[in-house]
Amino acid sequence: MSGPIQGHRLAATFAQTKAENRAALITFATVGYPTPADTADVVRALLAGGSDVVELGIPFSDPLADGATIQHASQIALEQGTTLKMAFDVVRDLRAEGVETPLVFMGYYNPFLHYGLERVVTEAGEIGLDGFIVPDLPPEEGQEFGTLARSHDLDLIPLLAPTSTESRIQANVQAGSGFVYCVSLTGVTGAREQLSATLPDFLGRVREHTDLPLAVGFGVSRPEHVATIAQLAEGVVSASALINVLDDTPAARRYAALTDLVREMREATAHGQ
Amino acid sequence: MATIPSLTIRGQFGDYGGRYVPETVIPALEELEEAYAGLADDTAFQDELDVLLDRYVGRPTPIYHAARLSAEIGGAQMYLKREDLAHTGAHKINNALGQALLAKRIGRTRIIAETGAGQHGVATAAACAMLGLECIVYMGEVDVHRQTLNVFRMKLLGATVIPVMSGSRTLKDAINETIRDWVTNVETTHYIIGSVVGPHPYPTIVRDLQSIIGREAREQCLAQFGRLPDVVVACVGGGSNAIGIFHPFVDDTEVRLVGVEAAGHGIESGEHAATLVAGTPGTLHGAKSYLLQDGDGQIYEPHSISAGLDYPGVGPEHSYLKDLGRAEYVGVTDEQALEGFQHLCRTEGIIPALEPAHAMYHAAQLASALPQDQIVLINLSGRGDKDMTIVAEGLGVEL
Repeated sequence: MSGPIQGHRLAATFAQTKAENRAALITFATVGYPTPADTADVVRALLAGGSDVVELGIPFSDPLADGATIQHASQIALEQGTTLKMAFDVVRDLRAEGVETPLVFMGYYNPFLHYGLERVVTEAGEIGLDGFIVPDLPPEEGQEFGTLARSHDLDLIPLLAPTSTESRIQANVQAGSGFVYCVSLTGVTGAREQLSATLPDFLGRVREHTDLPLAVGFGVSRPEHVATIAQLAEGVVSASALINVLDDTPAARRYAALTDLVREMREATAHGQ
Repeated sequence: MATIPSLTIRGQFGDYGGRYVPETVIPALEELEEAYAGLADDTAFQDELDVLLDRYVGRPTPIYHAARLSAEIGGAQMYLKREDLAHTGAHKINNALGQALLAKRIGRTRIIAETGAGQHGVATAAACAMLGLECIVYMGEVDVHRQTLNVFRMKLLGATVIPVMSGSRTLKDAINETIRDWVTNVETTHYIIGSVVGPHPYPTIVRDLQSIIGREAREQCLAQFGRLPDVVVACVGGGSNAIGIFHPFVDDTEVRLVGVEAAGHGIESGEHAATLVAGTPGTLHGAKSYLLQDGDGQIYEPHSISAGLDYPGVGPEHSYLKDLGRAEYVGVTDEQALEGFQHLCRTEGIIPALEPAHAMYHAAQLASALPQDQIVLINLSGRGDKDMTIVAEGLGVEL
């Protein structure tokens, strides 16, 4: 069932968080992890903690931009037969429950390509998905997918790295929409102790080329990290740290612990501290 | 046959190739592309490489008439391009050495590489030792145990070998891990990829560096026979030795080009590495090409007796040549490769690596059906010392 703002949920969410003078908190769940049956409950736990956007990680056999945590989660999910179709089913179920929070797929290109790009965007549009983050699809390769996504009011969210040159920043932000995913460091995903010192400079370079909201991810594992980034950007992404909670907490307390960490992060999102 | 359209269109081979990698490394690929383009006019670089190919690698490698083998088969004359005689025992050194020199030229002092059987790792370690570069080789944990001798060789040559514990712990996971290292250390590090795979410009750079095989062979054929060979046969894993020998013949449309993939336990068993014979197009390790993938676009683990062919992808230029119909691709099983291996040992006193043993088997099949005045040129891409324990096991011999 389509809500009244489908296709523009991401823009509406960033407008809302801006009005509340805070950054949007973007959280992550690997579809099929810990088990396929758990996925919707994991997302519900993320939403209960106050997530503004949820990324659903589509597992892939060869996740070359991911660190050990998400690699492992992807592998376990695939061993249990997780498919892209299951990810669509999770979104459909959540929308049927009345969830209006923006939901995006984060996944490598090949499973989408294999499913059929036209079929992916058509189904995504029908069930109320909001967009895609595809870490191995730079704008020079993503024109076809981008055009198809836009025709269904879906955002193809651009990714930028500290190594991105001015011309690449420009090409990426022009090709994408929704928000700009700024990779905080030169490296793969995964929880880290400290944030990169060069982040403010990097975000400054990106801002010269776009009015889209900037969200910072990779290495964001603690509420303190969220608080620091909230002073610099319109969004904060945390992923591996949330999977670590699922791994480190006894099953009975798993969802409560996840909601607690998300809530602490959400409370750290205020701008101007 | 119509003229072949230009093979390189902005890093693409038709619809294949491209740059399907995280943004973090794209500026480094752009820099590499630019530096590489600059080398076209850099005679000092070319001279340095030529001298090393001559005196360090031992080029040119000969083409050798396998007369007893040809007589036994009773068909076309079989000639071997002896890449097994190159330094470190395989064609891999042509690429490793050229890229190590290129890395030095662009100011990178830390070299990373992946390896499956260990041949590319050994070649890279040797080139780095000779040029004074730091060398880190990622190798799947399963392969580390299967290829202990090559691990020891790399260490002797001063390289650090890092076992990869993720995924299936074989070559494809070693490539994933090397790309992760590159994503993390891109500002100081050059990635010497071992085959004609990966994001643009790698398939082009590796192709160009390996094309010396085909350029030499073409000249040698013209000098010795006054004509080109009728058929060129090479094994295909990632496809670097095959592209190396095919490429200078692509415009010679009268020369038949045949790539031999590993059919493992047989195509129908599902346990094989015959990507072009049995795969479908998709994206892996930075390029669009044929892949072994399941119904959900997940890459599945290939099988071959030969670790060097045990890869679920293939170079994008091979995908292009297949779709054009310019090259044909076939599969040879583990068992057939062992037969080709033994046949060459007994008739010619040459112990081939298991990879070109696949090409030897199929070339013999082709030659037997051709007249005696025809010439079949086979790329003997490496020597077999590394495979002794696997061959013994395959033949049921206890060492």
